[in-house]
Amino acid sequence: MEPVLKVQDLGMNFGGLRALDAVDLDVGKNEIVALIGPNGAGKTTFFNCITGIYPPTEGDVLIFPQGKDRPKRINGLKPNKVTEKGLARTFQNIRLFPNMTVLENVMIGRHCRMRAGVLGAVLRGRSTMREEKAAVMDSYAILEKIGLDPFVNEFAKNLPYGAQRRLEIARAMATEPFLLLLDEPAAGMNPNETRDLDKLIKRIRDEEGISILLIEHDMKLVMSLSDRIFVVDYGKKIAQGTPEEIRNNPAVIKAYLGEETDA
Amino acid sequence: MITFDQIKKAVLVSVWFMFLTFPIMVIRVNPVERIVEWRWRNMLLIGVGSFILSFVWHYFIRRKELGTQKAEVGGEETIPLAQRILEKKAIYRPTLAVLGICALVFPFIFSLYQTNIMVTALIYVMLGLGLNIVVGLAGLLDLGYVAFYAVGAYAYALLNYHFGLSFWMVLPIGAALGATFGILLGFPVLRLRGDYLAIVTLGFGEIIRIILENWNEFSFGPSGIANIPRPSLLGIDLSVHAATIYIYYIMIGLCLFTIFVVNRLQDSRIGRAWIALREDETACQAMGIDKAKTKLTAFALGATWAGMSGVVFAAKTTFVNPASFTIWESIIILCIVVLGGMGSILGVIAGALVLILMPEYLRAFSEFRMLAFGVLLVVMMVFRPGGLIPNVRRTYKFEGVTETKKG
Amino acid sequence: MDYFLELFLGGLTRGSIYALIALGYTMVYGIIELINFAHGEIYMIGAFTALIVISVLTLMGMNTIAILVIAGVIAVIYSAAYGYTVEKIAYKPLRNAPRLSALISAIGMSLFLQNYVLLAQTSDFLPFPNLIPDFEFMEPYAHIIGSTEIVILITTAIVMVLLTIMIKFTNIGKAMRAASQDKTMSMLVGINVNHVISVTFVVGSATAAIGGVLIASHVGMINFYVGFIAGIKAFVAAVLGGIGSIPGAVLGSFVLGWTESFATGYVSSDYEDVFAFLFLVLILIFRPQGILGRSEKHKL
Repeated sequence: MEPVLKVQDLGMNFGGLRALDAVDLDVGKNEIVALIGPNGAGKTTFFNCITGIYPPTEGDVLIFPQGKDRPKRINGLKPNKVTEKGLARTFQNIRLFPNMTVLENVMIGRHCRMRAGVLGAVLRGRSTMREEKAAVMDSYAILEKIGLDPFVNEFAKNLPYGAQRRLEIARAMATEPFLLLLDEPAAGMNPNETRDLDKLIKRIRDEEGISILLIEHDMKLVMSLSDRIFVVDYGKKIAQGTPEEIRNNPAVIKAYLGEETDA
Repeated sequence: MITFDQIKKAVLVSVWFMFLTFPIMVIRVNPVERIVEWRWRNMLLIGVGSFILSFVWHYFIRRKELGTQKAEVGGEETIPLAQRILEKKAIYRPTLAVLGICALVFPFIFSLYQTNIMVTALIYVMLGLGLNIVVGLAGLLDLGYVAFYAVGAYAYALLNYHFGLSFWMVLPIGAALGATFGILLGFPVLRLRGDYLAIVTLGFGEIIRIILENWNEFSFGPSGIANIPRPSLLGIDLSVHAATIYIYYIMIGLCLFTIFVVNRLQDSRIGRAWIALREDETACQAMGIDKAKTKLTAFALGATWAGMSGVVFAAKTTFVNPASFTIWESIIILCIVVLGGMGSILGVIAGALVLILMPEYLRAFSEFRMLAFGVLLVVMMVFRPGGLIPNVRRTYKFEGVTETKKG
Repeated sequence: MDYFLELFLGGLTRGSIYALIALGYTMVYGIIELINFAHGEIYMIGAFTALIVISVLTLMGMNTIAILVIAGVIAVIYSAAYGYTVEKIAYKPLRNAPRLSALISAIGMSLFLQNYVLLAQTSDFLPFPNLIPDFEFMEPYAHIIGSTEIVILITTAIVMVLLTIMIKFTNIGKAMRAASQDKTMSMLVGINVNHVISVTFVVGSATAAIGGVLIASHVGMINFYVGFIAGIKAFVAAVLGGIGSIPGAVLGSFVLGWTESFATGYVSSDYEDVFAFLFLVLILIFRPQGILGRSEKHKL
């Protein structure tokens, strides 16, 4: 299978704390991959290392942009550069722009695909206006796909919780990623909302051709969505495989349920 | 309405403040002549004043708490008056026309003195609008803004002194120098968070002032530079009176230009990025916005206006010295932005006019000016953080649903 | 060598004063993450109150040592009361507001207190009597260090020790440390966070008052503006050492004190204030967490 992301030997130290230790992971084209593990296992740190929020202490993060046969090493890049390269993410605790409207939130995602500068903004030349209009239209189209179009002119802070989570996905999609990283997208959702999310994520993969890497605790969702699953514990990868393999992996069961003596 | 408990509380507050202000307000010593003056009247005033203010304070705190509760329950958000007016073209167009005519005939109706004050107010409008980009839109608390104002003023004074450059030649140079200094200051502070940023910019502002004060060969030290020419009209030197009127119109023009530009910036890709930056830096960067570039543009564009108004200031007073550019100038400009409403163009204009014109006309109270500004900053933040005229930013109203569906 | 020693001890004295003020910044910052801009003014009010008390008591003909003690105690009480009141008025209502709001409110408070003293008292510099007698045993060293300096150094050391004991071993100290880690959690385990914050302001203001009285008698004059610059410098010292850290504040203060002392002694005194600011900028750029601060990674 053609890969889009390959992470090799990723390590991250915070002072003396080893948060990640030689983690390998890869995501293939049109694949949904889940990263699971107990709380504090280093999943979000892993995301932060890939998306440039922390520079990893060691290891490589390689992406395989379409149309190019050579992979590109992206660790150490600034978060905005990583996003420009085609990786977009959401946050575990929602980080929208609360006092901007839903449409404007998505338009921020379009920012890195637009070029108007200061002069363009002041003069409002034809190309700037065309670009602005296109951005509005594109953003609305994304909102329609995600089903948020009824809220288009609402302030993000006034949205119901589930809708806010979906708006984060919409905003990330607006950056035109080839890989979407979702950090606990179902956290705080009720079963109905989770079911909708399941469908939505599959649709994004099938219709948009975006590969997906997600962190999630809802095992039902993980099992239903994922093509492959990676498990980390104490910063180390302890297992990888299909949902079926993971379900029966003794190391995983131990990590989640604890040692016999603990129980 | 007023319960016994409240009265008891107000009495306590009153006693507390009488105690608190006792040494400073009541006793005044003259150590040289060895006289102690006891001002018991002040104590009475404090007592009565704080008794009354205690009620007012608690009333407003309760109102504010009720307000937030209502908002949490999901009650209708009240649309500010200004926004309602702005949305009705039938109202705001004639208002604008009347204001325009007033502004045009102002120097012919009022005295030279009044026109001069108005020019000062307009300079502050421009400064406020410039700082508004940095503080209001991008959310970066810049306490050294006055440094750019000084850069503009000294640019005109020195370039004129050494090379005889005219007002109109220096105006764009002042703007460019302002922007350059904005970027120079911006670079080192890019990584700093809000409160560190405030203190470092404050430091920068003071460094520039101290340099101007001590580097005599360059800036002529504390005595400053005098005899700076007023702008000339088509090469003709104007009388003081005519020049003041001329500067007035220049300022009206510059203010309109500022409003035009700031307004367009606000509704653009860059303006959106500024607001996003203010709302959440991490998310902003994760969405592909270059944090450094966006912050630097805000600093540079904010400083541009300060540079320009500095040039006008030098031309208006015909004299510059470091004493005009203390940290308190920065804080007055901040007051303007805060009082008017951070991020709100209309608010900043109103704020500048109120804060600069009021003390001029209430001369009797002019010594209380800075005291009042201090109170204003606290009270505004506690009770009305949005300012007098809260931000009436036009959000994108999406109306083209049918179009999209067809397309 | 004597000149070097003189500058060294001068820097140490300066540093001690900064440390007494910087402690208030660092404690407040540690607990509510706010630069208390009005802190410098609290220190100034402490010095002013002391001056007023001293003047009144001198006219009543009291003996110097008694005056010194009474003035010191009253200055500490008043500064603490001002610190407490400032927090209640300007910061408590903004506990949940954006940080920018609280910061602007703090600036407003600073502006208000300065002008309050200016209007109620005077804008002139007032002479501050030196009440610390010249100790006889100090005479051989008088060209290097004066008695006032010795008193400043000893007082600072005592205050530091007491403060450390308070924070390490008392209940309120434990509550402070807990609240600075996580306010919500502290509330859940039964700590009255509002009370803890008040105590922090009171303690910080009281130490600032001690600094205020000491420096005023050292320099020999005060006016309404002395708090602002001293406050900013003490803040620089706190940042230098790593804001939120108490030993850091002390260390940062000494480093800043020596820098200023040597720079003005060997380079030029015109740019005295510039050194502090340049120092601040450099530190924030190259080591934003300060000398002793921990690098902070906020959770995403």
